[in-house]
Amino acid sequence: MDFNNFLIMGQEIGLIAVFLILFTFDLIASGKARHWLYPLACLLFAAQTAFGFFPLPVGEAFGGLFVSSGLTVLMKNILNIATFIVFLQTYSWLHSKRIEHRRGEFFTITLVTLLGMYIMVSAGNFMMLYIGMETASLPLACLAAFNKYKEKSAEAGVKYILISAFSSGVLLFGLSFIYGSFGSLYFSDITFTGTDTLAILGFVFFFSGLGFKLSLVPFHLWVADVYEGAPTNVTAYLSVVSKGAAAFALMFALFKAFGTIEVVWESILWWLSLITITLGNLFALRQTDIKRFFAFSSISQAGYILLGIIAGNAQGMTATVYYVLIYVFSNLAVFGVISAVENASDGKTSIAAFNGLYKTNPILSCIMMLAVFSLGGIPPFAGFFSKFFIFMAAASEGQYLLVFIALLNTVISLYYYLLIVKAMFIKERESGAVERFSIDNYSKAGMIICTLGILIIGILSCIYQNIVGLSFGI
Amino acid sequence: MNILSLFVAIPLLMMLILFICKDVKQIRAVMVTGASALLVLAATLVVLFIKERAVSGDEMLFVSQIVWYEPLNITYAVGVDGISVLMLVLASLIVFTGVFSSWNMNMAKEFFLWYCLLSTGVFGFFISIDLFTMFLFYEVALIPMYLLIGLWGTGRKEYAAMKLTLMLMGGSAFLLVGIIGIYYTSGHASMNLLEIANNLHIPIEQQRWIFPATFLGFGVLGALFPFHTWSPDGHSSAPTAVSMLHAGVLMKLGGYGCFRVAIYLMPEAAHEFSTLFLVLTGISVVYGAFSAVVQTDLKYINAYSSVSHCGLVLFAILMMNQTAMTGAIMQMLSHGLMTALFFSLIGLIYGRTHTRDIREMGGLMKIMPFASVCYVIAGLASLGLPGLSGFVAEMTIFVGSFQHSDLFHRTFTIIACASIVITAVYILRTIAKLLYGPVQDSHHLHLPDAAWYEKISAVFLIVGIAVMGMYPLGISDIIRDSLLPIIAKLG
Repeated sequence: MDFNNFLIMGQEIGLIAVFLILFTFDLIASGKARHWLYPLACLLFAAQTAFGFFPLPVGEAFGGLFVSSGLTVLMKNILNIATFIVFLQTYSWLHSKRIEHRRGEFFTITLVTLLGMYIMVSAGNFMMLYIGMETASLPLACLAAFNKYKEKSAEAGVKYILISAFSSGVLLFGLSFIYGSFGSLYFSDITFTGTDTLAILGFVFFFSGLGFKLSLVPFHLWVADVYEGAPTNVTAYLSVVSKGAAAFALMFALFKAFGTIEVVWESILWWLSLITITLGNLFALRQTDIKRFFAFSSISQAGYILLGIIAGNAQGMTATVYYVLIYVFSNLAVFGVISAVENASDGKTSIAAFNGLYKTNPILSCIMMLAVFSLGGIPPFAGFFSKFFIFMAAASEGQYLLVFIALLNTVISLYYYLLIVKAMFIKERESGAVERFSIDNYSKAGMIICTLGILIIGILSCIYQNIVGLSFGI
Repeated sequence: MNILSLFVAIPLLMMLILFICKDVKQIRAVMVTGASALLVLAATLVVLFIKERAVSGDEMLFVSQIVWYEPLNITYAVGVDGISVLMLVLASLIVFTGVFSSWNMNMAKEFFLWYCLLSTGVFGFFISIDLFTMFLFYEVALIPMYLLIGLWGTGRKEYAAMKLTLMLMGGSAFLLVGIIGIYYTSGHASMNLLEIANNLHIPIEQQRWIFPATFLGFGVLGALFPFHTWSPDGHSSAPTAVSMLHAGVLMKLGGYGCFRVAIYLMPEAAHEFSTLFLVLTGISVVYGAFSAVVQTDLKYINAYSSVSHCGLVLFAILMMNQTAMTGAIMQMLSHGLMTALFFSLIGLIYGRTHTRDIREMGGLMKIMPFASVCYVIAGLASLGLPGLSGFVAEMTIFVGSFQHSDLFHRTFTIIACASIVITAVYILRTIAKLLYGPVQDSHHLHLPDAAWYEKISAVFLIVGIAVMGMYPLGISDIIRDSLLPIIAKLG
């Protein structure tokens, strides 16, 4: 066995090291030392995030099972940044009663899921992809049920695990067809001809399995319940990191393994992105709970991500990665504010709790406003650029109609995002609204990162250009 | 730095300074200084432009480019011709007077922050010659409206704010798909207006869908029938300065965009579609005027009158000859000035009487002579009295559109001409009811006349209207050469 292969897995090994240190620390530390767990976790993870920005060896390991390229490193960096921000936001939740003594569990479980997502992104083989997905899914169910004394959280955990089990079943079923047709599960060995019905059926099952993870309509039914029930910080993690990883994995699989049958998946993606965007938006209109609200908003965002994939060229790949990057900052800013409000108001998550927030917490409401404007694609915030580029990418392959429908949907989404702005800025405070409160420094740091991201990433064209240099088409 | 970029830099700088302002006096000082700087800048630009034009034969002057997104060939490109120079003058004049009209705002800091952002968008739009930045600034100008109306507005403000924002965003959806279409079909993946217009060509099959998309996209902002319904609600609910800026300048973004993007880049399709859109604009003109006749709310009267006048702008643009287009640009200026004057006076009156219903007011001439005289002047400009701006603009438009010899164009010209009569009806009726006759409410008797800051606002606008009415040659001279490339493309 060639140990050089492990050099390529630098980020994974770093992550495992962080995991082991935290795990050991959690086991042996007692008394006062336990207070250092949280800062230690943040610090170690910051180091792991920074590690990804150094030049790392790239290439294929284990005969193509594991692929590392400039792009996968970049994607893992995006996931790292997102996870880091989530960690920063968890401070007050992890120091609340009933959770406090389980702080260590949160970090270790989260890191395991992240490892799974690394593997999903780097997979060069369907089995590897599947293993990564499972590594990510099972612990995620634990995270969703982390507030185990709350009925909804436990319910979310059960729902999530059932759905993941089901979707991996579907995915495996598809993989068996693909293996049956080609006798191999390596991406590079798969050579579709277009008339191969069994393999195409396999592709459809495989796609549905990933569709669950990416929460595409019609595989989205679990999303609202799980997002609502899970602890808010876990919801943030689910909606950003888990979704981002699924999008990257799907994109690689489609580009690398199924590139030759683009005709087949293009029309599937066309319809799916259309109904995902539209239904996500329409359901979001009627929500009164802010977590459910953003659950549907994130469903429709997943539809926009598909617009980049559908293009199938390097421009589409760039736009997709860029979109996820900006989505990370915008959505985490939203969930940062939600969890701050929730912690300050004893668990309120209704939209009505945000009424008149500007009067009591002007800075938080401004951050929320920036974030929803960015999600809605309003310039000069970063979301405008990412939406614009993703539309450009889809249109580069002549999908003008789809772009137009997606654009009309941005108007609908703007309506409900403006409802949040209206609640915070225009509506009067009601008796149940939150009082003035201050947030801890870790959350502040997280929000500053998000805000900076929203404000400057769009203006700085170098980030986009950097991604362009790494992307490839079919 | 390019002189044009200053138009964007100054409002942004004002925003930064506003952040650290403590009390209302500082805020006013910042706003007055900044707005005056913009006004001076605009005046300087006119002088420089005239000088530069005499020696340079370029279509656009003061052009400068900074590459922004290199892989997509997106640049921050600025440049002006005579038309955009005039629009910049109009915008800076209205931004300036708007500051004085909103002298006593509550939550002044937030208000002016959004106000500056709105101005940034407006100025940025007029200086851009790159479609991407143009669209970016266009949207920057739209979104502050929501909060400006929703927070500081009156009446059904939340409804109006939402309606306005969503309808304009819907328009920009059409626009964006059009822009992306232009980018890909012109053959060279370029966003630069000049490059597309002069070196590239969009195939006619593609023009057939891109032209309506862009024209409608901008047309929504230009209050094109049947997408004008945001205008009455929005303008009547908005606070004074925002109504001024929105009706006075933002609606011109629509006309300017139709002209600069839709018609300039797609002349063939413009010919094909002109009939359809002429019918719509004709309806705007007449329908707007008739609707104004039956309104009793001052702001609604003026908002419908704006629909009618802005319809005339698009109407004239679609006539596609030199005279009518000159008239269109003049109408934009003239309407911008007089509607801003109207809204500032309505704001003044409403601030004192707390009603905008003309049935509840009367005899204001005795109570507030200054404001009333200004109102009469605005009214006369609006109905096209010679010597004021409205006459010059409408005269030019109708002379231009009558140059078409076919029945269709002539019929529509006559119908549109008839709107002048209707305009006279609602203007004179309003003036008679509002300013003359008995005082309706005895509480109105002791109301004060315009304060000094309101006088500044009104005087500046009236000077503008009068200058334009007395010396139209100066303006048409600036416009003339800039229209030539467009007319040449239209063939």
